[in-house]
Amino acid sequence: MLIRTQDNGFFHPRASEITPHGVYRGRREALKWMATGTAGGALAAWASRQAHAQAARPGKGQALPRSASSVPGAMTMEKPTDYKDASTYNNFYEFGTDKSDPARYAHALKTTPWAVEVEGLVGKPGTFDLEQLLKLSPMEERIYRLRCVEGWSMVIPWVGYSLSELIKRVEPQGSAKYVEFVTLADKASMRGLRSGVLDWPYVEGLRLDEAMHPLTLLAFGMYGEVLPKQNGAPVRLVVPWKYGFKSVKSIVKIRFVEKEPRTAWNKAAANEYGFYSNVNPDVDHPRWSQATERRIGEDGLFARKRKTLLFNGYDAQVGQLYAGMDLRKNF
Amino acid sequence: MKRILLSRAAKPMLFLLCLMPLVWLIYGAAFDKLGANPAEALIRGLGEWSLRLLCLTLAVTPLRIHLHRPQLARFRRMLGLFVFFYASLHLLAYGWLDMGLDLADIARDIAKRPFILVGFAAWLLLTPLAATSFNRAIRAVGARRWQMIHRLIYVIAGLALLHFFWMRSGKRDYAEVMVYGAIIGALLLERAWRAAIGRTAQRAQ
Repeated sequence: MLIRTQDNGFFHPRASEITPHGVYRGRREALKWMATGTAGGALAAWASRQAHAQAARPGKGQALPRSASSVPGAMTMEKPTDYKDASTYNNFYEFGTDKSDPARYAHALKTTPWAVEVEGLVGKPGTFDLEQLLKLSPMEERIYRLRCVEGWSMVIPWVGYSLSELIKRVEPQGSAKYVEFVTLADKASMRGLRSGVLDWPYVEGLRLDEAMHPLTLLAFGMYGEVLPKQNGAPVRLVVPWKYGFKSVKSIVKIRFVEKEPRTAWNKAAANEYGFYSNVNPDVDHPRWSQATERRIGEDGLFARKRKTLLFNGYDAQVGQLYAGMDLRKNF
Repeated sequence: MKRILLSRAAKPMLFLLCLMPLVWLIYGAAFDKLGANPAEALIRGLGEWSLRLLCLTLAVTPLRIHLHRPQLARFRRMLGLFVFFYASLHLLAYGWLDMGLDLADIARDIAKRPFILVGFAAWLLLTPLAATSFNRAIRAVGARRWQMIHRLIYVIAGLALLHFFWMRSGKRDYAEVMVYGAIIGALLLERAWRAAIGRTAQRAQ
């Protein structure tokens, strides 16, 4: 009997139900081998290849053991950006405003010893040193899209765990509505601080429910290794549905507060950079369109820019956080 | 020095020199030497060279007068035409690499982004200068009118600076803008000063 259904197989309630591209290709390859009768010997190789699939590391830093994340939406099937591009083209104003400055000057950053202070409206404030943080929860690999407010994007395999793991342990009080993140501002090692481009230290913030969302990642590594200094070592935030500048680097303090924190870019230009700064193709930056983006290393020189997705494609996971809100006003 | 400036090879040498940035950018694009975002590097590189050549063009007359090197005047037209050349490539690179040559999109973008509008206006004002740069054109419009048209270069310099300033204001990084602003400001002040002296000299007669 033919069962008719509206479902054409392309819509999935959860991204996690979709078979990752690599696995799907792998199955097809295996079937091909079986069909051609070379399966016997090849299967062993295929199995070992699967084991190696995750271990392809750039070999630039210390390895960070991790397992694939099971958080819905955390493993995009898109091709990760080359490590070289991800580690040499980014903004980290503490080391200069040019996107090649961080890779050039961040070597001066001292990441050990490191500690993160947790304070404000929490039951258990305290200082977590890096060792404690690394052991706080199992490390996961998460492959996220990253959309910069400047109009370019990447796909980066981060290593870390949900920020909510840390938040739960410090027991926020009922009055805590927002989380403020303060990052390192060390004049001796950060040459960018000499300029008055922004009000240092760089401060960012999230609403508590945003901070508690499982996709909000406390990251310690990328590409299977500890974070390179230019990418925000030793511990940073990754909020994949917001413009990249919300994902602060080299965090030294996390404060739980009642009022919306004044963030660095909001202080610099409030009409251009809102507190939410959710990726949204329909809400333009006052001076440029946010409808499209250029995927670094992926789109050829003459390729058209690709369309930017609402909440950077994480609408299914985070859209409900903003139900009923006017995203044009709360940009 | 005078011999070098007047030699037959001087102009071809300058021509080749002015092409070097373009050669480098094309080489960089072909062999992946422009970093992670080659489109951006190309567009910005072409824009920066337009601005640099504009500064050089504006520097010719003051240098000619103060260094007592009348031979320098030979190179002004070529430098000016290279400004137009790089500015046109800058516009083309933006329209192609950033906007995919979609004219409707470009029109929307020009309206949306004042800094693009200002840059576009600067290029538009350059076209009559380039179009009247040939000897026959100069004769056809007449020296007085030709000079009037070519005084547009001061407006163009202002627009180009504003375009650069607005572009950098996204990063709140004005260091380079100030360098170009100081150079162009000095070159324009020098002219104002000469004009003022000229007027007092006339009155004294």
